[in-house]
Amino acid sequence: MYQSKLRIITNHLILILGSAFMIAPVWIALASSTHTREYLFQNGLQMWFGGHFLENYGAILFDPAATKGRVTALEMLFNSMVLGLGFAIGKVVISMMAAYAIVYFRFKLAVPLFWVIFATLLLPLEVRIVPSYEVVSSLGLLNTYTGLILPLIASATGTFFFRQFYRSVPDELLEAARLDGAGPLRFFVDILVPLSVTMIAAIFIIMFVVGWNQYLWPLLMTTDDQLYTIVIGIKQVYNSLYEGGQIPQFPKAFALTIMATIPPVLVVVIFQRMFIKGLVETEK
Amino acid sequence: MKRVQFGHSPVPYLFVAPQILIILIFFLWPAGQAVYQSFLLEDAFGLSSQFVWFRNFEDVLSSDSWAKSAVFTIVFSFIVAFLSIAISLFLAVRADEIIRGAKSYKTLLMWGYAIAPPVAGLLGSMLFNPLMGDLYILLNSMGFEFNHIQNGNDAAFVVILIAVWKQISVNFIFFLSGLQGIPKSVTEAATLDCKSAERRFWTITFPLLAPTTFFLMVINLTYAFFETFGIIDVSTKGSPGGTTATLVYKVYVDGFLGADMGSSAAQSVILMFMVSILTIFQFRFIERKVHY
Repeated sequence: MYQSKLRIITNHLILILGSAFMIAPVWIALASSTHTREYLFQNGLQMWFGGHFLENYGAILFDPAATKGRVTALEMLFNSMVLGLGFAIGKVVISMMAAYAIVYFRFKLAVPLFWVIFATLLLPLEVRIVPSYEVVSSLGLLNTYTGLILPLIASATGTFFFRQFYRSVPDELLEAARLDGAGPLRFFVDILVPLSVTMIAAIFIIMFVVGWNQYLWPLLMTTDDQLYTIVIGIKQVYNSLYEGGQIPQFPKAFALTIMATIPPVLVVVIFQRMFIKGLVETEK
Repeated sequence: MKRVQFGHSPVPYLFVAPQILIILIFFLWPAGQAVYQSFLLEDAFGLSSQFVWFRNFEDVLSSDSWAKSAVFTIVFSFIVAFLSIAISLFLAVRADEIIRGAKSYKTLLMWGYAIAPPVAGLLGSMLFNPLMGDLYILLNSMGFEFNHIQNGNDAAFVVILIAVWKQISVNFIFFLSGLQGIPKSVTEAATLDCKSAERRFWTITFPLLAPTTFFLMVINLTYAFFETFGIIDVSTKGSPGGTTATLVYKVYVDGFLGADMGSSAAQSVILMFMVSILTIFQFRFIERKVHY
């Protein structure tokens, strides 16, 4: 296709500006996280690196005092990992199974159960947050990984993705499998799961990022620092920035921000193709 | 549903059980609880409560602070949805035309999906920090007398800017794949007929992207409603004086910080109602799209 020189140049200029707009805040945070707080206080936020990278990140990762609590950023990263993985695995397994039952079986309660699952799409956790907290607390699950992860799984987005996918699987597969004498379990394990591998991977990536980035729910239900995720840790550090009339700890807040950002960004960039395919195809 | 299905067996019940169990405990129970509480009025110490029918709803719907927050939420959501859709569509159209370096631009513009809203909120509030924030200093040196700590409009500007920034990458991903799905023959025929790139865009490309745009509109409105909680909580906390508190943020502030359970529950129920309408709207549209 013919394109004028001018158009090509403006295209590049626009995209470079757009990319800069996206990257600048994170870049400034990264550069500023490598200076001392006194330096930032006197000279403002920085565009280039200083010499305190190891010092700042070391303190945040290993010294609980630096994160204003009893946990280090390392432990927070671990909690985030548990939340991200637990959420993604739980969501994939549970919704694969539920979607299988709904698509491949004729059973009495199929229709009402489908509507119960559908109803969860109507009400995100944010609008029922206060009663959810009370339920989890009356089950004695506050400050546990179970209480952290399970309520987040109680939405049926994954089930609908898999339902959509199973419906696109040719019927002949099931006919053939049944002729060969495969029962429902056999068909699921030996045929449907292997067929869904790309789909599983794509949903897993998306759900990992969604789980890692959870904020409101972990904020409410983790009153014990030991369960803080890195995203919650940011808020705690940020809240205590101005404590005690000292110079604010901007570099450490930035260091924590960078560490909270790196894992999900890496996952999304490395598995870019799979991630985009999953996002675009499942959300339709 | 499938044409071919398995017959009667206990298997489907076993397979659907975990999902249903989690939904019962962590969805239906709290949702029911919210509805029940919305009819109760607790005394000042939270010791006893009384069934008051729709009084909480009347109180919420007639209160100034709720109305203010509702207006802000709607205006905020539409501005955020419009701006982030417009900017990312513009970028996606340019990225679709690019041949050299297309992959790098795509990566540079899509990674933001992985940023958590509170992280975006923190980055934004640092840039607007009165002590050293670059944007704060820049705006003031340009003579704007910018002060988001005291001025409600300035605070809204900060929240909108952060919310738009965070959402560009998602929209970009959808628009770019929408554009790449348009057959080459169509774009080439259009190029032969019409020299002006701008006219080609409005008469050919944009109508073809209409389903994507509409879908993104719903997604973005839902995002502005709910997911901006983290942005607001880290950047403005609804200040000054509740001018930047969305309805979801207000449920949290009244229910958890203010401990006014009845009012908070009534607000939740009203929100549930609003979201249900939005979701049903979205689903009707999507079902239609799947069929043609």
